[in-house]
Amino acid sequence: MSLPDIDQLLDSLEQQLREHLNHHQIEQPLLVGIRTGGVWIAEQLQQRLQLEGELGILDISFYRDDFTRHGLHPQVKGSELPDSIEDRSIILIDDVIKSGRTIRAAMNELFDYGRPARISLLTLLDVGQRELPIQPDICGHRLSLNDGQIVKLSGPQPLTLSLS
Amino acid sequence: MTHPSQVQLTADGRLKHFLTTEGLSRELLTEILDTADSFISTQERAVKKVPLLRGKTVVNLFFENSTRTRSTFELAAKRLSADILNLDIARSATSKGETLMDTLWNLEAMYSDMFVVRHADSGAAHFIAEQVTPGVAIINAGDGRHAHPTQAMLDMLTIRRHKQQIEGQVVAIVGDILHSRVARSQIHALNTLGAAEVRVIGPATLLPRDIEALGAKAYYRMEDGLKDCDVVIMLRLQKERMQNALLPSESEFFKLYGLTEQKLALAKPDAIVMHPGPINRGVEIESAVADGEQSVILNQVSYGIAVRMAVMAMAMSGQQTEENAQ
Repeated sequence: MSLPDIDQLLDSLEQQLREHLNHHQIEQPLLVGIRTGGVWIAEQLQQRLQLEGELGILDISFYRDDFTRHGLHPQVKGSELPDSIEDRSIILIDDVIKSGRTIRAAMNELFDYGRPARISLLTLLDVGQRELPIQPDICGHRLSLNDGQIVKLSGPQPLTLSLS
Repeated sequence: MTHPSQVQLTADGRLKHFLTTEGLSRELLTEILDTADSFISTQERAVKKVPLLRGKTVVNLFFENSTRTRSTFELAAKRLSADILNLDIARSATSKGETLMDTLWNLEAMYSDMFVVRHADSGAAHFIAEQVTPGVAIINAGDGRHAHPTQAMLDMLTIRRHKQQIEGQVVAIVGDILHSRVARSQIHALNTLGAAEVRVIGPATLLPRDIEALGAKAYYRMEDGLKDCDVVIMLRLQKERMQNALLPSESEFFKLYGLTEQKLALAKPDAIVMHPGPINRGVEIESAVADGEQSVILNQVSYGIAVRMAVMAMAMSGQQTEENAQ
């Protein structure tokens, strides 16, 4: 299986995000990346759209639903969000969406910071295999993986995709 | 008895109880501080709770009274979304003749997942950790003269947040070192985390004889010990020590070892002043210093909640991964 070119994916995400913001009349979106890959994608888009202000960073370690199975991630780095996300339009960004559990955890965490006006979901890749009713609003590429196959984003300089 | 540093770790070296800072690796102590740092940021939000220990039951088992420590453990457990039960054993069952193990088995029968233990006997938390059913985590909230590891770790966090790193700092601990479980835990943690020098300052009657073996240098005069310090940690003077003739009087102690602005001037100009609380104003420390610019005493209290959240989450995590491995 061949993997798509990352720059082309970012071009496509930028284009789709601009259309999404126009369509929903969002003037000052808050980009929030999920550690670690989502933050890299968010940084790229923040630059391409020349958005003002800091982007948000979510570390969902304290919100994972598999804590009882796998325990706490040994390298928790913490979340960094602006003082208030109240009534902000958030673009939640991750590298790969699979089961949807990461996004659920991320949304639970966001709501502990305040009540955003809306949350849209943007992912670089969608590999299917969903276990929850959560779908991206904007997606760079859809990919179907064979059993046991894992796709991984490495970065931040340069961003590369690999299959294993 | 197995050494506590082994009892508190899983086979792959993760924390599953927290009994002492002694024998824990630099990596693990640093992991506690990093995790606590992340919890500080959650404490500044509108909603201070995280769902990590949702559905877990934590029992505060205090055989010795301590409102402050018990409250911070209670708050830490609540902010991890655990249910918490406060048992003031000093006034309940054991005074009716129930043994320690009977009390524990009763609490285990209520499906408790974690015990936070404070006891007047050294080694009590360790003893309980060895007896308790697998899957139940024990956190030492102070045992006799032995250890008070969460207090020591919140002090480490305080130093790291105010001095950027622990490595290379000259730290003086002042007061009754002999009876202090806090000092013992601090000395282990400071040495493991790379402090340049750990000094203890106090009258000869209140310094343990084996202090050099613990990794600290003894000073009998503030004038010598405070010179060029980066961090000054004052300990609380237990008034009952006075009755044992270990100390002349409060005013005499203050004259010799009380921290005044004048004495603090001997330390580095940017030195920070710490105290585990509750402070005896005019005995260990004068108000001008306790409330002064160099004091970080109230910050310590806030960091205490984050550190307790970190060790509770990590120990529960260790118990769970061990259970799954079996």
